Amino acid sequence: MIKRTLLVATRKGLFVAEGAGKQAQVTRAMFLGDHVALAVVDRRDGNWYAALDHGHFGVKMHRSANRGETWTEISVPEYPLKPNGFIDKDIWGHDREWVTKGIWAIEPALDADGALWCGTVPGGLFRSTDRGRTWTLVEALWNHPTRVRWNGGGGDDAALHTICVDPRDPRCVVIGVSVGGVWRTRDGGASWRPHTAGMKASYVPPELAEWPEIQDPHHIVQCPAAPHVFWCQHHMGIYRSTDDLASWHELHAQPSSFGFVVAVHPRDPDTAWFIPAHSDQKRTPITGEVVVTRTRDGGKHFEVLRNGLPQRMAYDLVLRHALDVAPDGDQLAFGSSTGNLWVTDDQGDHWHVLSNHLPPIYSVRYT
Amino acid sequence: MRKIFPLSLRPLAFLVLLAFMFLGSGFYAVAQTVTVQTPFDTETVPNPVPIQATTVREVLEGVFADNPRLRGYIVDERGALRRHMIVFVDGRQISDRERLSDRVGPRSEIYVMQALSGGS
Repeated sequence: MIKRTLLVATRKGLFVAEGAGKQAQVTRAMFLGDHVALAVVDRRDGNWYAALDHGHFGVKMHRSANRGETWTEISVPEYPLKPNGFIDKDIWGHDREWVTKGIWAIEPALDADGALWCGTVPGGLFRSTDRGRTWTLVEALWNHPTRVRWNGGGGDDAALHTICVDPRDPRCVVIGVSVGGVWRTRDGGASWRPHTAGMKASYVPPELAEWPEIQDPHHIVQCPAAPHVFWCQHHMGIYRSTDDLASWHELHAQPSSFGFVVAVHPRDPDTAWFIPAHSDQKRTPITGEVVVTRTRDGGKHFEVLRNGLPQRMAYDLVLRHALDVAPDGDQLAFGSSTGNLWVTDDQGDHWHVLSNHLPPIYSVRYT
Repeated sequence: MRKIFPLSLRPLAFLVLLAFMFLGSGFYAVAQTVTVQTPFDTETVPNPVPIQATTVREVLEGVFADNPRLRGYIVDERGALRRHMIVFVDGRQISDRERLSDRVGPRSEIYVMQALSGGS
């Protein structure tokens, strides 16, 4: 069993769990007391990145070159001033503020050492080529004519939460926005096209249901070994694309297709995991039972995995960044909004609790 | 003048109102099933009543008159639309969220829905 390090970002600090499978333990805490929205590793150089939200003091980013022993504050993506006369209003008719209100995605940009992509609230995508010292807004996406119709999903502003860098071509990047749809660039960000064919929304009038920018992908993953296959946990349910995003088709899982997270096996595009909640209206486990659903056949069938998970009066919700699969495809981890953290080393057949006592968990990520 | 068809409340994510204007009469009749996410799961709305409406406010007042409990879920104590509610008239969001003065046209379709922004 390979020893792994897991970064656990929570409402009140960043925690590190280390060890192999069920032997892992939560060993360290950093940024204690601070809201840590996200923590990720750049596996090319081993740098860790943490996104903090200090509330009154704003959003901040930090980098560690020594696995969290020390941290250096780096720059935060900043929006340009809104041009005079440019009309950009939210669905309530208020002027949309061009201000970084949250960091919801950080991913290595694979076309240059130290280059990063960063997704933000209110929806802008940024790029750094110097490990976060400086950031540049991807203007072609922010200035896309449909962007002014993006809106909030969970918060008042749109959130760019998913960045999939294509292993075949680092200039090819797919992003997901709640609520703003699924977009892809093939030229490093210079131009963008929507990829939502097959998705439908019932939270708008029927004539708007298939608009790309009205889609709410909660999370999207791309299979590293079969990058033409994508899985999406959408607000309306589960979708899969097997034709490199030419189309999506809806799948139906039991006990529910509603949820926020999705993970795909790194080498098997037919194996994916979800963590269902009851429904949009009741964002809790069904009948108080925490379960994970897994398909091994591309979504034709879903197994319900519950071994080791609480099955009575349990109301954990797992947010969109709080499930991760290790590169081996056997170890997975997820954390809940009520501060429970579980791992498996057999693809979910058995789960082991690492902690029942953490703050609300926003993201987990294997280093 | 037409009657409102019976309304029923179910715990779904949206509330749908269809308003049909009958040309020449100047009246609208709201004739639709209403579904709305509320803490009360299922409820039968009282007998239908006729509505005369030319604005979103008048349509909603007609519905509220028939089902007073619905009012507090859609508008606040000032009568303004609650922050995370949205109203569409013929696929366009209304512009006046406080007075609900947007006009309702012949055979307009009105949707009262929840913005996803409110949930997490």
